[in-house]
Amino acid sequence: MPKYMLIMRGTDESNAAMMANIEEMMATSRQFIEDMFKAGVLLAAEGLDDPGQSVVVDFGGDAPVVTDGPYGETKELFGGYFMVDVASKQEAVEWARRVPAAPGAKVEVRRVAGDDETPQDTQDSVAERRA
Amino acid sequence: MGTADVEAVWRIESARIVAALARFTGDFGLAEDAAQEAVAEALVSWPADPPANPAGWLMTTARRRAIDTIRRRAALQDRYVRLAAEPGIEVAVDDYDLDPDRIDDDVLALMFVSCHPVLSPEARVALTLRVVGGLSSEEIARAFLVPVPTVQARITRAKKTIAAAGVPFELPPAAERRERLGGVLSVLYVIFTEGSTATSGDRLLRPDVAYEAIRLARTLAALQADEPEVHGLLALCELTAARFPARTGPDGSPILLADQDRRRWDFSAIRRGLTALTRASTRGLGPYGLQAAIAAAHASAPSVEATDWDRIVLLYEALGRVAPSPVVELNRAVAVAMATGPEQGLAIVDELVAADRLPGSHLLPAVRGELLARLGRHPEARAELELAARLCANQRERSVLLDKAAAL
Repeated sequence: MPKYMLIMRGTDESNAAMMANIEEMMATSRQFIEDMFKAGVLLAAEGLDDPGQSVVVDFGGDAPVVTDGPYGETKELFGGYFMVDVASKQEAVEWARRVPAAPGAKVEVRRVAGDDETPQDTQDSVAERRA
Repeated sequence: MGTADVEAVWRIESARIVAALARFTGDFGLAEDAAQEAVAEALVSWPADPPANPAGWLMTTARRRAIDTIRRRAALQDRYVRLAAEPGIEVAVDDYDLDPDRIDDDVLALMFVSCHPVLSPEARVALTLRVVGGLSSEEIARAFLVPVPTVQARITRAKKTIAAAGVPFELPPAAERRERLGGVLSVLYVIFTEGSTATSGDRLLRPDVAYEAIRLARTLAALQADEPEVHGLLALCELTAARFPARTGPDGSPILLADQDRRRWDFSAIRRGLTALTRASTRGLGPYGLQAAIAAAHASAPSVEATDWDRIVLLYEALGRVAPSPVVELNRAVAVAMATGPEQGLAIVDELVAADRLPGSHLLPAVRGELLARLGRHPEARAELELAARLCANQRERSVLLDKAAAL
């Protein structure tokens, strides 16, 4: 079945708003994770540490260049993810709507690439998808 | 919002809504009807007027429909009078939704009621997928290759049976709990096997059907975390499904374990299966746990040759003692053939034939044909494989058997 990654993309403002309410945010997140777990859809979830601690390896030149810190120009930073195993894209989106996120943050819904679809398809359903 | 969006919200909310209403009204059928009315209304009104909180909208609407029904019936039947007369009727349901522990018990009760022994096996499957899984009658019909009216009739009849038998909406008493849990597990396993080896039709695998079982097993494992066999079933499903990507060729034809490209196995599913198997092992493995351990032995082997067949033989022997069945014996025969040699495997198969333990099944002649072929007894092998093909209801499997016979 399709797997989707719900990618948390926070901004400086949303991260600050989250930190201001960290206790409440953590309680809501725990409840959200538990809801997904009990619904049988949660495969994995991780939150990333302070982006200030990150290191970027840049392949722009002949050899990789290593620099400290996140990308200078990026407005939204990948802050964590939930991996869900759901029946449809719409269901992934519905879970994404429920992600506890501070104002200004975004959640991106991305399908995980996989070969879980084609092998067992009949000719008909393949044609259906092409149509 | 389109139909698919409504269905997505319903998938997530259905069990909790039906469970909450069933507990509140004490009437499973009424709860299910009210919930279905709410979905039907959502399908009409959401496309033009999407609610800000779709989950809350469904719960509120379902609750209103339930209360309408109770008030309507109160005029006709004594048993609803008390419920309808309660002044705090609407508030009571509101407060009720907020208690997560109670909802967990109610979802669990919903699973037990849907799999209740007073129901026919087909009705248990349909009801579980409908009320716990949140599938529509159309989706269930597609999953089990039966007409939609058949599914609807099964569900209607099941609700009437539950009412007629006076099945209460509650968790089974402690003394019956283990046995009733076994009933729930077997319903989930029936759903899973329909997806992992379709009994009929032109497709061998229907991963969407198997997925429903896995999802329900995960829910059950979350709600009954202290029951090892629940984890055993989950492990078995995850480990079996992990092989799906390698089990069929591009044209849908089955690929046997020996010929599968193991790099295509789903390693994250294997990891989840092994984790569940560890949880299943806390008090010794039960029948599902043993089958999962067999699947794990395959999942951890780099090739057929490098598989620990001795361990698999031991596990089949153990399984044959706790859950004796001719199919287990047949699988043991295959494992013995791999561990020791085709002759020893054939001896077990011949005992099954002599005792007529698997009449009408294509599995017995299929295995017998395979073992005879490995012993070089080609004419006998061909006859057995052709017999197996005649008995097999799955078109994909049938053509593999015929190809094998023709190649001898």
